[in-house]
Amino acid sequence: MRIPHIILVPNMSKLEKTQSGRKLLYGLTAIFDSPEKLVHAAETVVKEGYKDYDAYSPYPIHGLDTAMKLKRSMIGVVTLVVGLTGGTLLVLFTWWTNSIDYPLFIGGKPLFSWPSYVPLTFEMTVLFGAVSTVTALLVVWLGLPRNSHPLQDTEFMKKVSDDKFGLAIEAKDANFDERQTKYLLEKLGAVEVDPVYYEARELTLKETVLDPKFIGAIVVVAVAVSGATYFGFNKMLLMRPWSSLNEQAKVLPETKSEFYPDGFAMRPPVKGTVARGEMPYRYASNIPGAEKYMKNPILPTKRVMLVGQRDFNIYCSPCHGYFAEGDSRLQGQFPVPPSLHIDSLVTAPDGLYYEVITNGFQGVMPSYARQIPRDERWAIIWYIRALQKAQNPGEVAEAK
Amino acid sequence: MSEVSYGEVIDYTKAPPLVEGNPTLSKIDESIAKPMEKFPSRKYFMALSVTLTMLLIGAVALGYTFYYGIGMWGNNIPVGWAFDITNFVFWIGIGHAGTLISAVLFLFRQRWRTGIARFAEAMTIFAVMCAGLFPLIHLGRPWYAAFVFPLPTQHGVWINWNSPLIWDVFAVSTYFTVSLMFWYIGLIPDLATMRDRTTNKFKKMIYSVLSMGWRFSNKHWQHYEKVYVILAGLATPLVLSVHSIVSFDFAVSILPGWHTTIFPPYFVAGAIFSGFGMVMTALIIVRKVFNLEYIITADHLDKMAKVTLVVSMMVAYAYVLEPFIAWYSGDPVDWFLVLMRATGHYAFGFWVMVSCNVFIPQLLWFRKIRRNIGVLFVISLLINVGMWLERYIIIVTSLYRDFLPSSWHIYVPTLTDFGILIGSFGLFFTLVLLFARTLPVISMSEVKGVTEGAHPSHHLGAEHE
Repeated sequence: MRIPHIILVPNMSKLEKTQSGRKLLYGLTAIFDSPEKLVHAAETVVKEGYKDYDAYSPYPIHGLDTAMKLKRSMIGVVTLVVGLTGGTLLVLFTWWTNSIDYPLFIGGKPLFSWPSYVPLTFEMTVLFGAVSTVTALLVVWLGLPRNSHPLQDTEFMKKVSDDKFGLAIEAKDANFDERQTKYLLEKLGAVEVDPVYYEARELTLKETVLDPKFIGAIVVVAVAVSGATYFGFNKMLLMRPWSSLNEQAKVLPETKSEFYPDGFAMRPPVKGTVARGEMPYRYASNIPGAEKYMKNPILPTKRVMLVGQRDFNIYCSPCHGYFAEGDSRLQGQFPVPPSLHIDSLVTAPDGLYYEVITNGFQGVMPSYARQIPRDERWAIIWYIRALQKAQNPGEVAEAK
Repeated sequence: MSEVSYGEVIDYTKAPPLVEGNPTLSKIDESIAKPMEKFPSRKYFMALSVTLTMLLIGAVALGYTFYYGIGMWGNNIPVGWAFDITNFVFWIGIGHAGTLISAVLFLFRQRWRTGIARFAEAMTIFAVMCAGLFPLIHLGRPWYAAFVFPLPTQHGVWINWNSPLIWDVFAVSTYFTVSLMFWYIGLIPDLATMRDRTTNKFKKMIYSVLSMGWRFSNKHWQHYEKVYVILAGLATPLVLSVHSIVSFDFAVSILPGWHTTIFPPYFVAGAIFSGFGMVMTALIIVRKVFNLEYIITADHLDKMAKVTLVVSMMVAYAYVLEPFIAWYSGDPVDWFLVLMRATGHYAFGFWVMVSCNVFIPQLLWFRKIRRNIGVLFVISLLINVGMWLERYIIIVTSLYRDFLPSSWHIYVPTLTDFGILIGSFGLFFTLVLLFARTLPVISMSEVKGVTEGAHPSHHLGAEHE
């Protein structure tokens, strides 16, 4: 349907789009009272060459998309791509966690037993697909949330959201001309045609974001959330009843007991009990000369030397120094031991070292029997011997 | 057409109208928005006080559980799963009907779903919330629930992805997320309508934020409809997978009575069955309380009853097949379990279950019964009872007769068990009532779209040319 140009008033200047004052013209809105008229109007408006227009209806109307010559919605691509990504990520993640980072052996099955991952791959494909599609729809395709649109809260919107059908042509359209467009819309059977104005500041978020009320609300929410989280995790969970299941009727080592006459919760082992993997030390109480009867029972293999080095560095080096030179790292806090490279100690038998590690030395060096198992003590002695040889190469040459 | 009354002879070749009485579009808005706009009636507050009391009972029972521990329940080895997992499976199943109505029927272009879809979706969400509660409280220390997720911790240990219980966590949380989004996307246009209807400043702010500035623009509707189809397409296999995975919790173990390949389809059918029962129960109440009989018509209930009948027979098939396989496999332990179910300590529950799920739904063959709202209401309640018992029977009877006769044990639920069950119903119905008061229980935009004359016919279009 063409409008005869003769009837029209001469073209209005585009400048008139700005009304007096700060208000700008958004466009013209037309209300129709039946879906047929809206579809017909949309068809005509497209034919007239308008591009910045839109149809509004309380429910999606069949045939309106074709009338408006809208292209097919391609939003499904998002679902496909992100959904498949989600599934792939899950497979990679399960593979890495259960096969690489923390391998789980279950019933002799392969580490990557993919049939178990099928249900979850499906779930993650759906989850990623659905979340991305909805987010993309709202944010990218529809540009929501946006409550600042010029049509928001207008009479037009109130009618369209209830039972009327609307069409709006924007002023920025190249073909827009307030009078001519109004004429066209009325001709198409619009019940009402009204201009819609907006203020330029409505288009920016600046004022809203800098509003002290808004900032205040954000601060209050932030403080409340962080405070509640801190209280919940650091205080509340340690109170009753949250802690009640942690407080069990059991005795811990080194605690008091009303039950046993000696008042100890811990029970001493029966006399003569030998702990697993331990042999009792024959010379339990510093029998003089005992060292002469002991020989290092293990061979100085590479592994023994490495264990000896590790244990020496952990247990001995704080006072004796890494090279057994008596250069304590704890100087001033503990008595400084002599260098292990002095003649009397280099020539001392292995048994003496074993005796000192096991029982301590004259109240200055404590016993290490609890920390260092028997064989590791011998390994340490091998390491000390190696250190002594390394520090006194001359002696080695002499010995040869 | 709209004058049809149920006593008359009906022309079956013509579909009945989806909305009776051909109301105007704004009348639809008005009647759907009515429960939100006017101060609720005394009936509403009475219902709310009942559900809140139930919720309170549940809260007290939960308090006892958390304070004194899981020992307050009747569970004990070998019956380590009892009321809690029964309730979990029951509620998840209730939820599935909502997705079926909103997504599956949408894909099949069953336009009669419009009147009930929103409500069914809301029920899905509330039911999944109730369901999610049970595995959580079964932990005894629910604040450690985060360990079921693959979080990097100082222990350096990752969860075992081969465990059906982990699949369950992912399936149920995915299901909840997708259902919530599906529901919300459907709500946006109606929230925008409410935004434009309301005169209350505070309500307007809430509705404006929730509707995100929806403008009913056709360029938006176009993508919106596409997304709705996509979500329906995703939700349909999802709903099948969720209950299949729930059934894996049982089927992957090696207990007689659980270790069956029929479990996934059997559970899905049972879920839809119980869900339809619950949707019918709730809808019959809602249409009565809020006078929505012309939108939720007897035709809707008739169609739902037909679906219920079909699914009831699927469940019956599973009931028949289970003993058959037990007998055919020749496994004495399996066969013993079948006998124990039918004649053992829980035989009464078993036979009530069979009657409620198989025999009573056979009444739905009769059109008169399908259209008799009172009878339908009773049947739907019985289906709820039967399906709850089904999960109870599956779980408890498989556990209480262990392989070793020395560990046989009769499970007796405690008051706390019942308190939590009542509480979950209280939570569900409280949420339903609050939903009915604050959000449109029926999709306005969808119902408007299925009224007569909602879409231009080609004939009228030609006339304009």
